[in-house]
Amino acid sequence: MGELHRDLGLTDDEAEAIAGLLGRPANDLELAMYAVMWSEHCSYKSSRVHLGRLPFTAPWVLAGFGENAGVVDVGDGIAVALRIESHNHPSAIEPYQGAATGVGGIIRDIFTMGARPIALLDSLHFGPLDNPRNRWVMEGVVSGVSGYGNSVGVPTVGGELSVRPCFTGNPLVNVACVGLMRHERLVLARAEGVGNLAVLLGSSTGRDGIGGVSVLASAEFSDGDEAKRPSVQVGDPFEEKRLIEACLALFDADLVVGIQDLGGAGLCCATSEIAANGGLGMDVDVRTVPLREAGMVPAEIMTSESQERMLAIVEPADLDKVLAVCRRWEVQATVVGTVTTGGRLRILDGPGGEVLADVPAGTLHDDAPRYRRAMQPPADLDARRADDPSGLPAPDDCGAALLDMLADTSWIWTQYDHQLFLNTVEGPGGDAAVLRVKAPGLPATRRAIALTTDSNSRWCALDPRAGTALLVAEGVLNGACAGARPLAVVNCLNFGNPEHPEVMWQFSEAVDGLADTCRAMGLPVVGGNVSLYNSSDGVDIDPTPVIGVLGVIDELTRRPPGAGLHPGGHLLVLGPTPGGLAGSRWAEAAHAHRGGTLPALDVDVHAAVCELVRGLVDDGLVDGLHDVSDGGLGLALAEMAVRAGTGFEVDIPATPEIGGHAGLFSESPSRVVVCVPRSHVVEVTRRAADAGVPVAALGHAGGDRMVVAGLVDVALADATAAWTGSLPARLQLIDT
Amino acid sequence: MTTIGVVVFPGSNCEHDVVEALQSLGAEAVLLWHGDSAVGDLDAVVLPGGFAHGDYLRPGAIARFSPIMASITDFAAAGGPVVGICNGFQVLTEAGLLPGALQKNSGSRFLCAPTELVVASTQSALTCATTAGEVLRLPINHFEGNYTCSAETLAELQGEDRVVLRYVSNPNGSMDDIAGVCSAGRNVVGLMPHPERACDPLLGSDDGRRLLGSLLMAAASRLPA
Repeated sequence: MGELHRDLGLTDDEAEAIAGLLGRPANDLELAMYAVMWSEHCSYKSSRVHLGRLPFTAPWVLAGFGENAGVVDVGDGIAVALRIESHNHPSAIEPYQGAATGVGGIIRDIFTMGARPIALLDSLHFGPLDNPRNRWVMEGVVSGVSGYGNSVGVPTVGGELSVRPCFTGNPLVNVACVGLMRHERLVLARAEGVGNLAVLLGSSTGRDGIGGVSVLASAEFSDGDEAKRPSVQVGDPFEEKRLIEACLALFDADLVVGIQDLGGAGLCCATSEIAANGGLGMDVDVRTVPLREAGMVPAEIMTSESQERMLAIVEPADLDKVLAVCRRWEVQATVVGTVTTGGRLRILDGPGGEVLADVPAGTLHDDAPRYRRAMQPPADLDARRADDPSGLPAPDDCGAALLDMLADTSWIWTQYDHQLFLNTVEGPGGDAAVLRVKAPGLPATRRAIALTTDSNSRWCALDPRAGTALLVAEGVLNGACAGARPLAVVNCLNFGNPEHPEVMWQFSEAVDGLADTCRAMGLPVVGGNVSLYNSSDGVDIDPTPVIGVLGVIDELTRRPPGAGLHPGGHLLVLGPTPGGLAGSRWAEAAHAHRGGTLPALDVDVHAAVCELVRGLVDDGLVDGLHDVSDGGLGLALAEMAVRAGTGFEVDIPATPEIGGHAGLFSESPSRVVVCVPRSHVVEVTRRAADAGVPVAALGHAGGDRMVVAGLVDVALADATAAWTGSLPARLQLIDT
Repeated sequence: MTTIGVVVFPGSNCEHDVVEALQSLGAEAVLLWHGDSAVGDLDAVVLPGGFAHGDYLRPGAIARFSPIMASITDFAAAGGPVVGICNGFQVLTEAGLLPGALQKNSGSRFLCAPTELVVASTQSALTCATTAGEVLRLPINHFEGNYTCSAETLAELQGEDRVVLRYVSNPNGSMDDIAGVCSAGRNVVGLMPHPERACDPLLGSDDGRRLLGSLLMAAASRLPA
């Protein structure tokens, strides 16, 4: 057996399995095709055995797991398509293009389903910004999201930023996209009708991104990775914008039978997937593919990841109309193949020419190996969980600790168009993005959707199962703060090297945490992405599942109150008594302490809190509210104060279990700070009692200081300066 | 009814937003395709924001050659109200319908943020129903919004009261805090802020209605009685 398969990233066993499937040794082109399709990135070969445990269905799910994006009924005949995907490794190598093409790729997943993309959210994770390379990566990534997203005309309405040492060398760039459509517009990636034509739309094919999925996305990082730069694709948002408009026009005119975007593994993936999904085959004439450069060989053409391309299945009688629509939008359209019977994907050298490859289309997907990789909890797991941070010395100055945590992310999101389409009622920087449900061609509705992305690698490093459960809870509560009830979850599971048993244990635990919590809350997981091999120089990242939650607001009549304070308002905290400091930001920041047992989530209590909060928002009983999460009650209050420009004076009641700084910094779940006008305090308290939700009175909003009795007394102006200055200072920007 | 055409170039993205805002003010709005050669029977034309032709080469540099632009130039020459918003402003400067140019922001970053504007002149198709000195809150959304022109042009704009809107706090380095200017005939207006994004209190401000309402008034005043 030759060495080519190893160079392409296939193991000896995998090469043998391919020969078994074909009944002969694969030729070089076929090997190249299997190599990309059986890569970790495309085949999910390490993760698939675990993903089956997730709950995928609900009566309102119109399309889900296994499709390009999840599609959910939000009422009034309108459906929302959503998906989240990572572009971690390309962004580590070439931050601008890596992030830009991540945006382009996830947008294609959405309009492939027939939906108009209306919003993006980005979940970004970098190493500490005192490291110049980390700053270069962050600035490049933000510019890439901005440069591509703004130009392609899809607003970036939310997201999150985390900065931790484990992301040095392996940043995470996850992008979610949401689209809107009428139910009947749903288009699936299926080839139907023998004799129908496969039409390649969009960019010419070049040598960029060859082996992106196998070389780049499915291996660890180490020194000398500049050589991998040609595996990063280059994006052209103007091409994508025209492609969006052309495809939506084709759907409007009912001119396509099925459609598939070209992403990882390029034409090879799109042709085999669309054929196999329809139970048919396809003949592809590799000579007809428009090329950017001369001399490309068939293996390059079939596996190139050149961006901004789609494959549409078209009835021959409609071809002229399809070409006319594409001409109007200046989109290149070329017939490259024909749907055939028999289920084989054949690559031909010219019409009726030599057969360069001939494989059963389904084997590229369905017969990819599935590995049940070894799993093992970390050896120090019990010791770490027993090491509770309650005994850590209290800070000398809780106020200073609090100011260190404040960071306004607007330096990032003011670089994103977050208002296009006139849907953004609540944009970036709040608990959840709130969007009107409106796009050309949709029936008028007063419904709105709420979108969140949440992650916490610190929690998940301590306990991937409980940490992931807390993230689902946080997303649902963030939505509730905007008045939304949750409908569906998407996830992007970023983990280290799956060949490390501890990583696979983390992965399996996180999947269980996600599955159990979603099941308990009645939430389907409608889409996701797994990104493995996030390690650099042999060190795996902390497990970082990113959880996106879609919620719906049945009738949006006023702006949600948002995370602010109103002078004179009563401050209450709704929700159970806090647990301890395990997994808290304070414990890590102040003492590099990463031990203890995470505060437990009680799903029933959480549901009661969310229901209560939704009602308070719906009925306009609160002036401001914010969930307690990263940074604890102290940071929640401080963020509300700096956003509103209003101080507060509170006393955090001590309980037998918790007091002092622990009450300030505990991140235990299911808690919301509300700012209530005096006239509504009785009603809010009564509703909480009826719901069985504990209420604690904290104090009042107002004044120009942030005061927590016995713990914090800080001038609001200092807090505001810390908040607004934090990110620019860390990025060492000179304000102009 | 007043009918306003909204031009779509490949890469435009605010056209539906402008249509929605105009309709909410009671106007009829129709999309105009960049490749068509006649604007038809219209009362006003808006060039919306976006990235016409990807902003490749320079924002507006390719769009100015679109077939529709000759017809818009004729429409403007006949006194028809023409408003360019953001990328539309850039197209109008490239087409020579407005003086000056829009450079990269002084901070070298894209900026999507709320701004406060003061009405500097009420003598234009976009400000005729506002009050001089009135402060409006509208968002900006651009990388190239830093207005620049020669000293002579600036003196001319100032001398002829053709600076229409100024930033209260200059976000992008624009000369003389200029956010919008008009032509010598006062019927062609370009501005970087987005009035259509401020036409509904649900989105945070409805001050944009003051400007688009002015445009409707200017358009209606051209209608035969």
